[in-house]
Amino acid sequence: MNEKLNISSSPHVRDKMTTNKIMLYVLIGLLPATIFGIYNFRNEHAWILVVVTTFTAVLSEYLYERLMHKPITIGDLSAAVTGLLLALNLPPTLPVWMGALGSVFAIVVVKQLFGGLGQNFMNPALAARCFLLISFTGRMTYFVYDGITGATPLAKLKAGETINTFDMMVGTIRGTIGETSMFAIILGACFLLLMGVIDLRIPGTYIVTFVIFISIFGGQGFDPSFITAHLCGGGLMLGAWFMATDYVTSPITKTGQIVYGVCLGVLTGLFRLFGGSAEGVSYAIIISNLLVPLIEKMTLPKPFGKGGERV
Amino acid sequence: MNKYAERLYNGLIKENPTFVLMLGMCPTLAVTTSAINGIGMGLSTTVVLILSNMLISMLRKIIPDSVRMPAFIVVVASFVTMVQFLMEGFVPSLYDSLGIYIPLIVVNCIILGRAESYASKNPVLLSVFDGIGMGLGFTVGLTSIGIVRELIGSGKVFGFSILPASYEPISIFILAPGAFFVLAILTAVQNKVKAGKQNQVQKTEERGCSFNCASCGNKTGCKEQED
Repeated sequence: MNEKLNISSSPHVRDKMTTNKIMLYVLIGLLPATIFGIYNFRNEHAWILVVVTTFTAVLSEYLYERLMHKPITIGDLSAAVTGLLLALNLPPTLPVWMGALGSVFAIVVVKQLFGGLGQNFMNPALAARCFLLISFTGRMTYFVYDGITGATPLAKLKAGETINTFDMMVGTIRGTIGETSMFAIILGACFLLLMGVIDLRIPGTYIVTFVIFISIFGGQGFDPSFITAHLCGGGLMLGAWFMATDYVTSPITKTGQIVYGVCLGVLTGLFRLFGGSAEGVSYAIIISNLLVPLIEKMTLPKPFGKGGERV
Repeated sequence: MNKYAERLYNGLIKENPTFVLMLGMCPTLAVTTSAINGIGMGLSTTVVLILSNMLISMLRKIIPDSVRMPAFIVVVASFVTMVQFLMEGFVPSLYDSLGIYIPLIVVNCIILGRAESYASKNPVLLSVFDGIGMGLGFTVGLTSIGIVRELIGSGKVFGFSILPASYEPISIFILAPGAFFVLAILTAVQNKVKAGKQNQVQKTEERGCSFNCASCGNKTGCKEQED
């Protein structure tokens, strides 16, 4: 009786979902894209880069927390997710030490220096990708497929050349390790949707806004093959499903998530159509990450009974 | 320590303008893409700082309080103009690479800050030493940032290749973000060094022991044992 009447402080309802579990699901969700990427770029030995980058991320989290006398949190798998996401965002020919350097940057500078998981203000994997992109522009935009160097389909599209949209959907194209196959990414995303790890709000608004934006400003009208090429090319799918939905760096409020998705769509469209380079997903996401505190402040729901006009 | 040496120590270490006062961040972040730029910017600021401190200290009883800012600016601006012409004439390559940041020395907050907080209240010779100390502190700050950025960002130091040719420079370090990374890391390092020293001194003073808990006979009665 006494226990029933005991009043405890919140939370009163507990969920069985833990950080550890969410991260595990995200890792499983990334598996199809990873496996496809490793298979697709087997001639470039992409698996070495994936393994080293992921391992370095976990190791640097461990070492940093060890040196700073903090509790070791590599068990929650978030470092592994960051490392793997970074690896999937790198071209397969990148020297391995650059991937490792990116991992160290992601974990130490972007995540740990700001207070660890939950405190980072932008997606560590994407920040590290941009760090590498600025540092080693040549290496980061050097794409090979099947031993042949060339432009990515997205760059060709921008230059006005014709491209094969079916190849882009399957993923047998040039690009970073994990971004090429739309099918593999969607497969993983469906798993996350089913498990309730992500919902459609952010990726949905992102993709819809992006499609509307390029139909208006793309100069081709609503041309299905042009739009499909834009959706399948580059990191849009990987970014929309796996990186824009990162809990830490996306808004909590439901309206906020829609605003965030619209921001992402517009920025990606702007960068791709009017920017200097063919790709802009990573910059769009990290810039929108920076807007998140503002979006949350604007869309904060009013508590019941507050905010109305006083009569 | 005599008061002149104290001024130098103050500028170089205790109140280092770059790492402690965090003044003059604009040139600090913008021109330190290489060690030579850092040292050039630092030294030209030092020259202006010494001369302006000297003149302002001389004029401190003449300048009316209500118009002291314009008066300081006029003094500083005249010296900056001289330095600018001298640099254009004798070190044109450095002049080109520093560009707009030379005339901007006029509004460098270190110079105005020292004029306002020190030179306008203290005798001439002390003010000159204050200028030397602060200026050298600034030079050391900029040069160390420049060395680190140049080393990582292009594999060289003062234009000489240090790292082997196989090293692929991380070029973000000679771009704007690198300036923030390096400044933050160097500041953190020097804070760590200083904090370590201060804590030790403080603890020894407070407790009258050398903080050597392992070999201390008074361990059981001591409330402040090391965690």
